[in-house]
Amino acid sequence: MAVFEGPVRADADSILARYPEAHRRSAVMPLLYLAQSVEGFVTRDALREIGMLLGITTAEVEAVASFYTMFRLRPTGTHVISVCTNLACKLRGAEAVFEAAHEASGVVHGAELSDDGLFTVHEEECLGVCDFAPAVQINFCNHDNVTPERMRELVAGLRAGEVPSPARGPAFDSFKAASRALAGVEEVASA
Amino acid sequence: MSLRFEPRLTRDWDDPSVIGLEGYIAKGGYRGLAKALAMSDADIVEVVKSSGLRGRGGAGFPAGMKWGFVPRDTGKPTYVVVNFDESEPGTCNNRELVERDPHRLLEGMAIAALAIGCETAYIYVRGEYLWQSLVLERAIADAYAAGHLGPDVQGSGKRIDAVLHRGAGAYICGEETALLNSLEGLRGQPRLRPPFPAVEGLFASPTVINNVETLMNVPDILVRGADWFRELGTEKSPGTKMVTVSGKVERPGNFEVPLGTPFRVVLDELAGGVLGGRALKAWTPGGSSTPMLTEGHLEVGLDYESLAEAGSMLGTAAIMVMDDTDCVVDCATRMVRFYAHESCGKCTPCREGSWWATRVLERLEDGQGEAADLPIMHDLGTNLLFRAFCALADGTASVINSSLQHFPDEYEAHVRLGRCPLKVEHLEEVPA
Ligand SMILES: Cc1cc2nc3c(=O)[nH]c(=O)nc-3n(C[C@H](O)[C@H](O)[C@H](O)COP(=O)(O)O)c2cc1C
Ligand code: SF4
Ligand code: FES
Repeated sequence: MAVFEGPVRADADSILARYPEAHRRSAVMPLLYLAQSVEGFVTRDALREIGMLLGITTAEVEAVASFYTMFRLRPTGTHVISVCTNLACKLRGAEAVFEAAHEASGVVHGAELSDDGLFTVHEEECLGVCDFAPAVQINFCNHDNVTPERMRELVAGLRAGEVPSPARGPAFDSFKAASRALAGVEEVASA
Repeated sequence: MSLRFEPRLTRDWDDPSVIGLEGYIAKGGYRGLAKALAMSDADIVEVVKSSGLRGRGGAGFPAGMKWGFVPRDTGKPTYVVVNFDESEPGTCNNRELVERDPHRLLEGMAIAALAIGCETAYIYVRGEYLWQSLVLERAIADAYAAGHLGPDVQGSGKRIDAVLHRGAGAYICGEETALLNSLEGLRGQPRLRPPFPAVEGLFASPTVINNVETLMNVPDILVRGADWFRELGTEKSPGTKMVTVSGKVERPGNFEVPLGTPFRVVLDELAGGVLGGRALKAWTPGGSSTPMLTEGHLEVGLDYESLAEAGSMLGTAAIMVMDDTDCVVDCATRMVRFYAHESCGKCTPCREGSWWATRVLERLEDGQGEAADLPIMHDLGTNLLFRAFCALADGTASVINSSLQHFPDEYEAHVRLGRCPLKVEHLEEVPA
């Protein structure tokens, strides 16, 4: 195995142990997050290896991976910027924020990532933060009431290697790091 | 009317210590669980039944009745699944409830587990709630360490394990049977019912699925009783409800109100009125899947019955407010585009219908629409409602049908003028 080797394999085993022996297929989503945290997106190799770990076909794993927007099947920026444009955010000016995210990051509409490989911009459906619209997530960390100016600042900060402090919770400094937290294999910090 | 009542779900929101186990215990936490441990499972079900607590995830099904459906003689394990997928546009109360008071959810979940003899509960959290899932993981670890979860709950010899499972960005996974498929490692597509999850749910075993807010009401019901619970709200919709107000209001936010509170009170007293003092145009009472209402519905009470009578639904009580500068066609377009994006693709009316509806709405909004498009919209709305595999398509239909019903002139103006009458550059021409 190329992806699930050494410590990553140990993480995979801890994920498998969460689910009943007879239902290990339930581990497919956290395993996809784990693979994404290693390679920056879910590669063909990862799909095959997850299938081997779970005793299902690569196609069955891909059927799951392709169903969800948070699994990326193609090369992805170091940072993923998610901008909600659903109604509550739209009513508060989200479309201009979405534009600003593209301009500032250099991601052309419809492209997977910026030429420098730093950014992916994703149009989100409701992020569940409609009370602080327009809502944005950078590497799945929330930024509240984001204006186009603030969006440009955030992107400039990321370019300069800064990790912006989120509105709530810890900061993840990359899409890979956030994916690792999503796999649930990190020690949880004290409340 | 002025809103005066003893807050329940939000009563400790000004005390950040309740996020931790000690703070929660200091406020009387895990006493409902202790009480439940001293009761028979049938008695737990009975008290929740007589409280009249109804599911807060959208459908309003009585929680105690749902728990009572679970067969106990199948020889299979039973499961409790917490629905923390919260993805209905406009809805964010589950998020804040968990951020501020995570142990109350675990306590309600554990009581539900006792009621149906469940030893493993699953919490399905939408992937985007990464921080909230970490808050819950911390709370779970602390609850295990203190013996409120685990192999010997509060020394009773009973086992309750909690497993947190993260989604990955799919609205449909909030639908309970799609959620179960997702949790089993399949594509998140709904299952045919019957069998209902209570009989054949997770891993083909009897399963209770409840919303976060539903379960967070349970500890108090055990401690204070069913009659206490019924002191607020209406006869058929007892208790309080979290409402989220967003869009064009002065103070967006999550607010707790007794069920039956008129929309006007929520809008004016809690949310500070329409942004900038503008006129109210339209509002969704329970997220984008509930038919939109108008300023003619300001006095409608926010409860299951009153909203049904007004031609809509309480849903998740997610109120999105549009003012007189917002174009209804434009807003409907955005909402329908959501349903087209989130359609799981399993059945034709939803998969194709939401796609076509989006195209027609987009061309109307762009000024490319024709008179023939309006009957097409009516047709789509009629054919989507109650005719698809699951209720997601009813959400699509609700947007189409309610916007056409309440704002026919605005649709017609788009066709007649060949442009959106409300685009900023045309504001001076806003029809009165
Ligand atoms: C498309 C769709 C999405 C849904 N999303 C959610 C959700 O995110 N959270 C939720 O609790 N219920 C959601 N529901 C309702 C659930 O299917 C189910 O009725 C609910 O979880 C039951 O819990 P309750 O009785 O405590 O409300 C959704 C239903 C549909 C049709
Ligand atoms: S109505 Fe839509 S979401 Fe529901 S099963 Fe059919 S295609 Fe899937
Ligand atoms: S509509 Fe944007 S977060 Fe809900």
